[in-house]
Amino acid sequence: MTTLPTRRHLIAATASLLAFGGVALAQDARPAAPATAAAGTRFITVASTTSTVDSGLFNHILPLFRAKTGIEVRVISQGTGQALDTGRRGDADVVFVHARAAEERFVAEGHGGPRRPVMYNDFVLIGPKADPAGIKGSRDIAAALRAIQTKATPFVSRGDRSGTHQAELALWTAAGIDLAATRGSWYREIGQGMGAALNTASGMNGYVLSDRATWLSFRNRGDLDILVEGDRRLFNQYGIMLVNPERHPHVKRADGQAFIDWIVSPEGQKAIADYQINGQQLFFANASDSGA
Amino acid sequence: MDIAQSFAAAFALILGADPAFLAIVRLSLAVTLTAVAVAALIGLPVGALLALSRFPGRGAVIVLVNALMGLPPVVAGLLVFLLLSRSGPLGPLGLLFTPTAMVCAQAILVLPIVIAITRQLVEDLHGEYREHLASLGLTGLRAIPTLLWDGRFALATAILAGFGRASAEVGAVLIVGGNIAGYTRTMTTAIALETSKGDLPLALGLGIVLILLTLGINAVTYAASRVGARFAG
Amino acid sequence: MRETTSVLPLAVSDLTFEAGGKRLVDGIGFTIPRGGLTVIIGPNGSGKSLTLRLCHGLIAPSAGAIAWAAGEGTLAGHKRHAMVFQKPVMLRRSALANVEHALAAAGAGWSERRSRAREALDRFGLTDKADRPARLMSGGEQQRLAIARAWALRPEILFLDEPTSQLDPGATRQIEQMILALKAEGVTLVMATHDMGQARRLADRVLFLHRGRLVEDAPAETFFSGPASAEARAFIAGDLVW
Repeated sequence: MTTLPTRRHLIAATASLLAFGGVALAQDARPAAPATAAAGTRFITVASTTSTVDSGLFNHILPLFRAKTGIEVRVISQGTGQALDTGRRGDADVVFVHARAAEERFVAEGHGGPRRPVMYNDFVLIGPKADPAGIKGSRDIAAALRAIQTKATPFVSRGDRSGTHQAELALWTAAGIDLAATRGSWYREIGQGMGAALNTASGMNGYVLSDRATWLSFRNRGDLDILVEGDRRLFNQYGIMLVNPERHPHVKRADGQAFIDWIVSPEGQKAIADYQINGQQLFFANASDSGA
Repeated sequence: MDIAQSFAAAFALILGADPAFLAIVRLSLAVTLTAVAVAALIGLPVGALLALSRFPGRGAVIVLVNALMGLPPVVAGLLVFLLLSRSGPLGPLGLLFTPTAMVCAQAILVLPIVIAITRQLVEDLHGEYREHLASLGLTGLRAIPTLLWDGRFALATAILAGFGRASAEVGAVLIVGGNIAGYTRTMTTAIALETSKGDLPLALGLGIVLILLTLGINAVTYAASRVGARFAG
Repeated sequence: MRETTSVLPLAVSDLTFEAGGKRLVDGIGFTIPRGGLTVIIGPNGSGKSLTLRLCHGLIAPSAGAIAWAAGEGTLAGHKRHAMVFQKPVMLRRSALANVEHALAAAGAGWSERRSRAREALDRFGLTDKADRPARLMSGGEQQRLAIARAWALRPEILFLDEPTSQLDPGATRQIEQMILALKAEGVTLVMATHDMGQARRLADRVLFLHRGRLVEDAPAETFFSGPASAEARAFIAGDLVW
């Protein structure tokens, strides 16, 4: 075998390696699920949040949409701020996030829209069962945050411009606390997603604000538990928008709109309401509530 | 306890042969092997060229290539992301959040390794072969095919080092692939995802499977190059 | 297959090579006609190897001329001279592939390469070693392969740089027989050696170098029976000459 000519062999070896990789890749460029493996699939790209992906909601509803329309939905899970940026750059067709003020700015700036309310879930304040701040059972999130700040017990913040991070910042303001002035080493910004924040809180037995869906599907709870829930200020509204096809001509207007129309339709809303973990409903469909 | 659960999870994954899991493994291998092949196709000749040519600033180029071996994957990912984003210069290709984008990012990570190691190996081998090749009229760049072919077993190590870097990497593929289920989710991004879901045993189980795969590929390549090297002397 | 136009005689005049401010080859001149075996002899550092390398074109002279009868020692795009080194470079391939590689470099086509390589191995008794990795062969076998590899190129003139200095007496004898066979075939040979016995056994003509200068250029019999210079006399007598 080594008696063959030099150049021919080198080229052949490299080419076959390349061909192997290429063939394998071509096979995988198609969607993986066998039922959906047709070449030239219609698909849209949705920039959404870690909560919708990590909670398993999309795994539940997307196959239903796919079965009805034949459109595959490729979901990229990011923080809300990042997901909106993805939409601004035109790297997604639809944005599905939860930070109403930021969404309205996105629409006002002409990046997409109109915004349609879809559902809400709620935030819960998670903390160690030992509860050094003494807030367990309270329904007043503002008072709870004041207690954490006063006792300077560890608090983990997402710090990633996500919807949850923005909601957390709004809650501190609502509690009358000026974080910039009063924050100390007890306030720990990690700049990562919800799961990472929960892992960190679990590791340091700290407090953390989480959406209920991610908490329910989270496994590594350690000594953590829900300490504060039920305050109306903890409700968390999701909205959906088509990225502006005028700015980004490649945006799949019809298929993206089809997804939006389906998710706010009675059928889509029912699919959302049906999704449960351990018998608990995670998301509450409210597309009909135009004020949400 | 968690470790034991992880091994159980790893075995369950392997024995269960779940189609979604197998698709992730296939995609990981396809992306990484393609990236390594592309990097080798470019890096082997470029490394040999760098070994044999003399030009002003050659030393600086070598230092730069060596330094790029330590390029943080996230930086490579960001670079490819900004190039391929719809708002970037290559946006019209529509490649962001596709396996092709992941191949680009990994190839960029692997390329400096292949170039640097090839440069060193070819330079050493050329020191030994120079007079004989010159006697045959193979001077300058005409020596390259002989040197690459005769260095093939040592060069396999360069390729393996590149494969190791690419297969273990998560930062770049996460940014440019988007970790889309069933489309751009690889072993490493799946590990990152399961970690963020707090399912640490499953995450570690996936990690064990990845290590086993890497181990297998290394063992096969090592054995093949040992047998080959013995034959070629 | 040999072309009728010859690259010989080779006329070397005023050949000078300097490195690091030292004149290592100093104004050498000689002519190599067709046929015969010329031995370049002299102590270590006398410039034997450098002279061969300069003639073969591996290094460029600082001054002087190396004039081939036909062009730059090339004909029809092929070099008509080859070289065998003291320590042969064995490519990391089989013996056969080593010969094929040399032929490929000389532009031989694929099938021609194979048949000529086989022929070269057969010619020098290496047939059964064809598939052995060249680098795993013994020193004597490697040098035989190096000569077979050079012979396969059909050179008109072959330069040999101390081809047996690293070999045991048995292997040395085999190599010397190969060299004599080449001479009988009509290949012009120029060999550097510092082994007096070998020079006596093989040489038709002797060039005696000393400190980069050509001190004597004489037929072998004349040189060994009555050297003209004191340096050569001392060298033949076995004294160290510096």
